[in-house]
Amino acid sequence: MLFQYAHALIGFLFGMLFVALQVFLLVRLLAPRVKEPMKDSTYECGEPPVGDAWVRFDMRFYTMALIFIIFEVEAVFLFPWATVYNDLIAGLRAAGTGNVLFPFIEVFVFILVLGVGLIYVWKKGDMDWVKAMRGQPKQSWPPTEGSTGERDVEKDVA
Amino acid sequence: MESYFTFVSSVLGFEPTSLLGFVGAIAVWAVPITAFVSVVGLVSIWLERKISAHIQCRVGPMEVGPHGALQTLADGIKLLGKEDLVPAQADRILFGLAPMLVFASTFVGFAVIPFSQKAVIADLNLGIFFLAAVGSLEAIGVVMAGWSSNNKWSLFGAIRAATQVVSYEIPLGLSLLAVVVVAGSMSLNDITQAQSGWVWNWFLFRNPFMWAVFLIYFIASLAECKRAPFDLPEAESELVSGFHTEYSGMRFAIFFLAEYGAMYIVSAIAVVLFFGGWYTGIPFLDHISGSIGGTTGVVVENLIGAGTIIVKSFLLICVQMWIRWTLPRIRLDQMMDLCLKYLLPFSLVLLVAVSLWQAFQGPIDGGNSVMGMIMLAATVASLIWMRRLAGRVSKASALRRELPVVKTGL
Repeated sequence: MLFQYAHALIGFLFGMLFVALQVFLLVRLLAPRVKEPMKDSTYECGEPPVGDAWVRFDMRFYTMALIFIIFEVEAVFLFPWATVYNDLIAGLRAAGTGNVLFPFIEVFVFILVLGVGLIYVWKKGDMDWVKAMRGQPKQSWPPTEGSTGERDVEKDVA
Repeated sequence: MESYFTFVSSVLGFEPTSLLGFVGAIAVWAVPITAFVSVVGLVSIWLERKISAHIQCRVGPMEVGPHGALQTLADGIKLLGKEDLVPAQADRILFGLAPMLVFASTFVGFAVIPFSQKAVIADLNLGIFFLAAVGSLEAIGVVMAGWSSNNKWSLFGAIRAATQVVSYEIPLGLSLLAVVVVAGSMSLNDITQAQSGWVWNWFLFRNPFMWAVFLIYFIASLAECKRAPFDLPEAESELVSGFHTEYSGMRFAIFFLAEYGAMYIVSAIAVVLFFGGWYTGIPFLDHISGSIGGTTGVVVENLIGAGTIIVKSFLLICVQMWIRWTLPRIRLDQMMDLCLKYLLPFSLVLLVAVSLWQAFQGPIDGGNSVMGMIMLAATVASLIWMRRLAGRVSKASALRRELPVVKTGL
């Protein structure tokens, strides 16, 4: 079995080598190379680039990453159970003792705990991409009847 | 995998036990797989152009080769001759490493997915799990590409890609779990062999929930491949070209190839999990080595298997393209809502339902065939009904807008 994982690893390395050969060897040999400073500047639709692109980004992406970690780890924990699930049931049925649903109930409790977490995150509003500002009702987009979705110009002026 | 090498080595006449044999074995699989990835890329890019053209009442590329079949090859040669640009502001090491990582994570998937019972290079016992893990490795390459370019478009594209791939990984993983519960194995070979026999033994018809599981997998895989309507990371009308804005020439071509390779991989996984893998669904064809016999029989059987899985995967690729040229791109908040508020709870419920069904399946069903036949009939009936409905709706909307009623094919 390890032999097969070695093949997977070699496949990965071979894939990298394939790209490296093409980009660093074949293209070096075939493609023209004309040095020109403007050509190497960052593309910003024709304008000279303003500032650095390595900026801070939205916190909401971070929340998404946290949600991902929780549920992906859940899935990882469930994979071994899923693999032996049929065997467990067959074993229980063959033995004739114990509840056939036992392997299911065990995992159902696990899923239920995470389900509670899901409901908590949902109610807390961390799953909403468009969030309410403090002291304001949540804006819905596209605007429903009643709210125009545009900013109130008069209020802005005032 | 042993089977593949013992088979190939028995045909070619060498022993893959020594180190030299191991190196030879790598040459035996790595070179054909490289060629296969390239051909998949060429064919599916051509298909994409033709399908999009015909959906928009155009003809698409017609000049190079019959019906423009060699157009992609010509484009590839052109890209090979393009200057290799690295922006002065970029992080050169990560910039060079990113396309390698993206391509390698796709390439290693081709080493794991089976083509037929014997033509599988690495038959891992963790098959599906490994593919899911390697599939999200691509996200790291994409973030690397976006970050190292030092370009605002690239960075935004990369962040979007990371969020999208990471969040759709959850429903994807849970729908894979439902299949693992039914099959009782993570090995792609075992999963396929559990679906041998007639069409109704395919996992798609195994229980009433599998269609829903497949739909969730398919939607999540569209997002994993960054295909429209989930092409926010490359949204060309907002972000120029997303994370690969700064890439030119061959490096750009590598990203493109990896994208189409990933499309093949997710389709092949879907075929293995739900559509019976390399089985044609006709027992006589699937076990033809029994009637032909000898090495010829084995070769013919494996060729039929490889042809079957490739054709099925390409049909799914065509569905992906059809969806791309039909639906508009969704917004970021809609994308997150669809994943976290619909697909995630639904896939959890489906996992519970499938495992409950699996616990009671014995007393209810006995064999799997009866349920499979019922589900197959229900599937065919509902497809016919949907076709009728679609025809009626399009006719009604044409009448309402006083347009001539266009009689579609099919």
